[in-house]
Amino acid sequence: MTAMARTRLLQAIRDGIVEEMDRDPKVIVYGEDVELSIVGDLRGVYERFGPDRIRNTPISETSLTGMTVGLAAAGYRPVVQMMFANFMYTGMDAIGNQMSKLRLMTGGQLELPITIIATCGGGSSNAAQHSDTSYPMIMNLGGINVAVPATSADAKGLVKTAIRSPNPCFIFEPNGRGGELGEVPDGEHLVPFGRAAIRREGGDVTIVAIGRMLKPALAAAALLDDEGVSAEVLDPRTLVPLDEVAILGSVGKTGRLVIVDEARECCSAASQIAAVVAERGFPLLKAPIRRITTPNVAMPYAPNAEAQVIPGELRIAAAARELATRDAKVPA
Amino acid sequence: MTTGLDAMAGESHPGDQGGQSARGATPSAVEAFRLYETMVLIRRVEERLRDDSAAGKLPGAVHLYIGEEAVAAGVCAHLRATDYATSTHRGHGHFLAKGGDVRAMMAEIWAKREGICRGMGGSMHVADLSKGILGANGIVGAGLSIATGAAFGAKLASADQHSEGTVSVCFFGDGASNQGALMETLNLAALWQLPLVYVCENNGFSEFTPAAHVTAGRIADRARAFAVPVAEVDGNDVTAVWRAAGEAVSRARAGGGPSFIEARTYRIQGHFEAESFVLSGGRYREEAEIEQWRQADPIARFRARLVESGTATAADLDRIDAGIADRVQDAVAYAEAGQPADPALAMTLMFAPEPNDLANDPSKGA
Repeated sequence: MTAMARTRLLQAIRDGIVEEMDRDPKVIVYGEDVELSIVGDLRGVYERFGPDRIRNTPISETSLTGMTVGLAAAGYRPVVQMMFANFMYTGMDAIGNQMSKLRLMTGGQLELPITIIATCGGGSSNAAQHSDTSYPMIMNLGGINVAVPATSADAKGLVKTAIRSPNPCFIFEPNGRGGELGEVPDGEHLVPFGRAAIRREGGDVTIVAIGRMLKPALAAAALLDDEGVSAEVLDPRTLVPLDEVAILGSVGKTGRLVIVDEARECCSAASQIAAVVAERGFPLLKAPIRRITTPNVAMPYAPNAEAQVIPGELRIAAAARELATRDAKVPA
Repeated sequence: MTTGLDAMAGESHPGDQGGQSARGATPSAVEAFRLYETMVLIRRVEERLRDDSAAGKLPGAVHLYIGEEAVAAGVCAHLRATDYATSTHRGHGHFLAKGGDVRAMMAEIWAKREGICRGMGGSMHVADLSKGILGANGIVGAGLSIATGAAFGAKLASADQHSEGTVSVCFFGDGASNQGALMETLNLAALWQLPLVYVCENNGFSEFTPAAHVTAGRIADRARAFAVPVAEVDGNDVTAVWRAAGEAVSRARAGGGPSFIEARTYRIQGHFEAESFVLSGGRYREEAEIEQWRQADPIARFRARLVESGTATAADLDRIDAGIADRVQDAVAYAEAGQPADPALAMTLMFAPEPNDLANDPSKGA
């Protein structure tokens, strides 16, 4: 039996980064306030490695993202802490025009082992400019891996995979307060991209829950269980690549699909998953697909308003319940 | 319009480049021949592309460097294959001067499988990573942060290896100097003393807008604000560019941090070939202005100087010209005879294969 340690998600990311920095001297870390690690996912890294491996930068997001491409060309594996995912918008040229495209554009000459880490999501009254869940925008670029760890073990395993990957990878970590506590296996622990995890088995309805939405999805499944509805909860773990086989496999078992995504509805990851299942799994479906997302609004500041727009367990449970019971309402 | 040579006469500033020894430096005969050859190669390639673009032989647009050859030639003469350079949408000259292969470049522009980027990048994106050519780039100013990243890497590597430093050069234009990335990277490069050489090719135009209409103050002053050493040079004088670049590259190699060269030059061709279609009769400059700059042609000036100084005879230079004509002819023939690009690459080149140890990783889900 593997030894485990209980670790907060942000500490697990730190542990993964430290292991990769130990393993490969070409791994360097930079970003705004990384030396003190205001975000919390790099605590103690500066004290251990010093300024040639990790350093604070000016508040210059255009350059923070752009420099990764030059560092990659110079043989480094940069890891950039972007703080809030909203700040990617400021650094978007290098993301949208350079790192996502230059491998193809150079005919495969340029490898881009770049890792970008940012916190995403609301729930902390940070208001709309610090609460976005911006992975749909990154997914649409085509040349970037997107990881959305929901557990401490996955956070460590996915960040290690990202740093070793020859491709640009974005890690979206949940916003605020260290994340969930969870078990992390001791020793080398890598989680491959493109393999979803079944977090709870069930036969009546599949709930695909992305990133931080895993917790309310599991709570909804527990509620439904009390009502005699058996929900299967699937965590995709990475959105690019997406484990379509696992999602279709689960839908094949249940015939019903709810997708929970904290991103806004329009062109969300949930929309992409819904499209994949509609195109490739239509005969499997016994009911329409439901997306539970943040509506197409800016995240409000007030806690009660935030709680209303962010998907929660009651909304998830209501959607799953409705799908699971609708056939029963039809007279035989 | 302040695109004329009169704008060259700037006052000097404390801390600017140009000590006595450097002022006297001149290229050796071998170096001078190489500068001449590089400029002529770029000119003949660009003229051929101009003609073939007009004849409808090229699949995409080309942005030509005619009239600006002295900048790429003068700067890249100091660079090694291990040094880095980022370029612009007007990038053929930088590619060739930094040692890129003319055949592979032409095949790329002709969208052929033999192209340096296998037909996936085209004219605006020619790159050869094996020679430190980080690529022409279709986004104005994008090279600033890429070159800064390469310079950061070079600085970290030189600290690791205790070797003489690698240098990163960023070619950009007066248009890019209005991107915020210039301020961001000047700050970083000065703060971290990165081995970065900024080469601002002030060719007088941001696409179709005269620089004076969109650019306040002197561009070089933007570097002075960060205490980065500055040289403002006649960009049509290859010796002046060569001299300023020599100082800047030496400073970067020795760990002396960034430098900024503003080379005043002129874009003889339009923003891109076939621009008359988008202009549909509109004008943004006068023919007389173009003619004035034709009189200051960098190749003709350097050729005359080489002959007058006795460094070369007209026959020597004619022989170089003839050799270049053959090389360009050969490169176009190579491009035309190439295989069409492989469309499947569009589906397979986006991601590099992940390492095997990940593919075989036994790690499971829940």
